[in-house]
Amino acid sequence: MKPIETKVDYQKFVDEKTPNSPIGINLLKAFTIGGTICLIGQFINDFWSGRGLSQEASATATSITLIGLGIFLTAINVYHKIGKFAGAGSIVPITGFANSIASPAIEFKSEGFILGVGAKLFQIAGPVLVYGISTSIVIGIIYFMFTANG
Amino acid sequence: MANKKIGKQTIKLSSPPTISSVYSIVGKKEGEGPLAKYFDMILEDEEWGEKTWEKTESKMVKECVAGCLGKEKLSNEDVDYLLSGDLINQCVPSSFGIRERQIPYFGLFGACSTFVEGLSLGAMLIDGGMADNIICSTSSHFCSAEKQFRFPLELGTQRPPSSQWTVTGSAAALLKSSGNGPFITHVTTGKIIDMGIKDANNMGAAMAPAAVDTLWQHFEDTRRDSNYYDLIITGDLGQIGKEIVLELMESRGFHLKNNYNDCGCLIFDSKKQDTHAGGSGCGCCATTFSRISLSSIKK
Repeated sequence: MKPIETKVDYQKFVDEKTPNSPIGINLLKAFTIGGTICLIGQFINDFWSGRGLSQEASATATSITLIGLGIFLTAINVYHKIGKFAGAGSIVPITGFANSIASPAIEFKSEGFILGVGAKLFQIAGPVLVYGISTSIVIGIIYFMFTANG
Repeated sequence: MANKKIGKQTIKLSSPPTISSVYSIVGKKEGEGPLAKYFDMILEDEEWGEKTWEKTESKMVKECVAGCLGKEKLSNEDVDYLLSGDLINQCVPSSFGIRERQIPYFGLFGACSTFVEGLSLGAMLIDGGMADNIICSTSSHFCSAEKQFRFPLELGTQRPPSSQWTVTGSAAALLKSSGNGPFITHVTTGKIIDMGIKDANNMGAAMAPAAVDTLWQHFEDTRRDSNYYDLIITGDLGQIGKEIVLELMESRGFHLKNNYNDCGCLIFDSKKQDTHAGGSGCGCCATTFSRISLSSIKK
């Protein structure tokens, strides 16, 4: 082997040496667990509709129930184990969003309720909220421009 | 006149100090690893009766220094300097861990190299006639490091295969101006070598070029071959970094296959303990190096 001189050569060398994540099996796990969470969501939705809620109200109630479940599983030290197995499968659903807010709350409680929990609560979810809300504002303005005269 | 300097980056100490004794404390996971029998104390849980990870880490430093002084039957007044550092903001675990001792203190931040940085500086202080007894200590804690640098522990994420596991561990070593060894005879201080690795989950690859450069420079300065050494050991490059060092040294004409290892590869059984590329953090080389190397050198 020739001595490595440049950063580009070194990056290539490191890429060869570094094992990749097992993408195939990870995708399968993500699909299975993510799908299961959605299936559970469907059951919850059916449960609320069965209790006489309107379609819109039962969708809201389902979100609330799933968020509650996500926070509960985070609090009893289970959600991160699911996440380690499922990857994106448990990050993408709304339970993952709940986990991303509940976990800093637990972690930073030791630094107090104002500067700890209060300041760090959105450490992970913050970017999602900032860009999610910003995008919806932009889309809202575009929608308004196209429909205002009509 | 820098009359102790040889070559470009190496110092040859004229009256080499002794690493007299070492005391180490590790966490539960490290205690389940292959080196368990070498540690002085293994914690049963991550908290050790404290309310925060930082307080636990601070207690580890405090008890390590106490353990080290206890082994030597020395009191605070006998120690000239205390050199300590860790990974946390303002080196809180170190400064809070030793505040009651009233020993003159140098706070160090060398990240994973802190322990060796302390030994290097301590050896120079003693060789320069500035001190007789110096304590070098360091610590890292998996939970406090995750909190400081990565994500909350409860967050459901996956770790890539190249990631490393921060060692929960602390060690304190006593350097003495006189003793029967093991001695620190040379100090080669490394440079920052940035080969442009931006992946925060591949620290071994990011650090390996600096390790190669320092090893190579040490052989150049001392005019020694790598075969001169029974054991060459790096701090926490992990599996990937270790392989990179072996290959890059090979390309420079040094064959390290038989006498080189890395503390990050030794402290955990990465297959059984799910630590991916190996251990890392200040505590990794401090606890591994101090126990393995010292007990085998003394034999």
